[in-house]
Amino acid sequence: MKQLQRNWQPLLAGVITAIAAARLPLTLPEAANPVQGGMTIALVLLAAVTLMLTLEGPIPRAAVLFVGAHLPAALLLAGLGGNEGQMSAAFFLMIAASWLLAWACVSELSQIEPRSTAAGWFLRLLIPAIFGAWILVIWEAATRGAGIPFILLPPPSAIAARIAGSLPILWADVRQTIFKAVLIGYVIGCAAGFAVAILADRFAFLRRGLIPVGNMVSALPIIGVAPIMVMWFGFDWQSKAAVVIIMTFFPMLVNTVAGLSAAGAMERDLMRSYASDYWQTLVKLRLPAAMPFIFNALKINSTLALIGAIVAEFFGTPIVGMGFRISTEIGRMNVDMVWAEIAVAAVAGSVFYGVVALAERATTFWHPSIRGG
Amino acid sequence: MTASSSSVVSARKLGLTFETNDGPVHALSDVDLEVRKGDFISFIGPSGCGKTTFLRVIADLEKPTSGEISVNGMTPEEARKSRSYGYVFQAPALYPWRTIEKNIALPLEIMGHSTAERASRIERTLDLVNLTGFGKKYPWQLSGGMQQRASIARALAFDADLLLMDEPFGALDEIVRDHLNAQLLKLWARTEKTICFVTHSIPEAVYLSTRIVVMSPRPGRVTDVIESTLPAERPLEIRETPEFLEIAHRVREGLRAGHSYEE
Repeated sequence: MKQLQRNWQPLLAGVITAIAAARLPLTLPEAANPVQGGMTIALVLLAAVTLMLTLEGPIPRAAVLFVGAHLPAALLLAGLGGNEGQMSAAFFLMIAASWLLAWACVSELSQIEPRSTAAGWFLRLLIPAIFGAWILVIWEAATRGAGIPFILLPPPSAIAARIAGSLPILWADVRQTIFKAVLIGYVIGCAAGFAVAILADRFAFLRRGLIPVGNMVSALPIIGVAPIMVMWFGFDWQSKAAVVIIMTFFPMLVNTVAGLSAAGAMERDLMRSYASDYWQTLVKLRLPAAMPFIFNALKINSTLALIGAIVAEFFGTPIVGMGFRISTEIGRMNVDMVWAEIAVAAVAGSVFYGVVALAERATTFWHPSIRGG
Repeated sequence: MTASSSSVVSARKLGLTFETNDGPVHALSDVDLEVRKGDFISFIGPSGCGKTTFLRVIADLEKPTSGEISVNGMTPEEARKSRSYGYVFQAPALYPWRTIEKNIALPLEIMGHSTAERASRIERTLDLVNLTGFGKKYPWQLSGGMQQRASIARALAFDADLLLMDEPFGALDEIVRDHLNAQLLKLWARTEKTICFVTHSIPEAVYLSTRIVVMSPRPGRVTDVIESTLPAERPLEIRETPEFLEIAHRVREGLRAGHSYEE
């Protein structure tokens, strides 16, 4: 029973492969480019299942599963060429079987307790990489195998080809949107939010008056503000940077104001007992204590800034920029280009967030959430 | 007010009333007390008796609502502004983003000491509390007792003559507390400071003090002041002597008298 619980994915994969083997070939009878190697792939899958069940220990089992999942998957995807929308049930069953083996592989890998830090890093990268790769494999197999219309969902291979073929355009868009609108708007917006938070802390009338109004302004729909910014600051990146400033200003303001009251009463009394003045207390106690809050705002703002800049470009731009590209290419039914921009935005957003998160680890190393208890 | 030159803290008819939603709370009422230079005074009493409040009034962390108090012949505010006391809180209150030596440097930075001056004072105070070699550690890498010793080092670093300690060892276990009490007595003898020490432990108060101030709650007031007859040199074993037990008995009697009207 315990054996069944631990190995249910490979056992189920074996059963599915057997059913698929009985229903070969992999392609429908009317396929343009019939595929013959179905039995070989089935045998590879079954061999992997059998071998893995005889092994002990997560590392050899994971290694067998890794090969046993990815080799059949690669062969199956290779068989798609010229047969779009003409794959048989056996094809999908075998994809499902190899996916189950990949799942078992990831769960075996998760059980490994790495001895060295290098091995730990490798595992921490490998597990999500296998996970992500299988999203792409299933996406590819489903879109091409079942012949899903290109307009609805292009296969990842077509998106990758589009990215590879449009690098100069994508790079120009990234420069326009990320390096000008997002980064400049982010820096100004965050810096201004921080500065106003300090002023609001120093002067009670600002704190009482501005913060409630600020909360209202932060609820403004960005869609409504963007065209007005274009009217004010023109078509180029300045109007997008303005939208980003508006979006990032208030999260920074509100978080910094909250963070400035994070220092404990005893720590403040200590400063008072030293007859420390306002600025000394601010720099030596309250700002360091506020850092976790400030980095929270910086992380929230890193994603908000990207969204703000891309959406703002829908309302008028020069003929470059990620938002401009998305809105025009969708109108020309070039969905693969839209997906290419989405992929680039996802990568850029992750890198941006990652850099801020690394800076946070270096700055707030002392906080229990980072040093771990 | 005429405080004699050897008087460090002098309170006359001191009172402090907090206004709360449930009506006024008399934290201190008619407190008269004289702390002389070189005294080791303990304040003992049940919670709510105002012992911590009195310490905070001396430190200008609370304002009295009636009566008079002077610290080093000045008002508490002037005394605070001229940095005349070091305060040790119930918790170490070390800043987790600073190493131990940077924590000790904190008051020195605020008071504008030079880098070289800071280094020599850090070295000296770390030695005073037996923490030499731990300066580069972060507070969260040390045990509770070591953290509290570091916070004492921080209070000693700028050479204030008056040390205010608010139940500094209250959160520590008995064994560590005994050890730190013995160290504190040595430190007091070496530095010749005036110490005001809040505690709720009778043996701790008797072992450490030259005088014990017994307080009782509602309203917070002084019920007894006991002069210790113990010698200046006090090994831990002194706590088994009849003399020690006699003083402890008097303290216990004082605490009971303060409570008698309640039950």
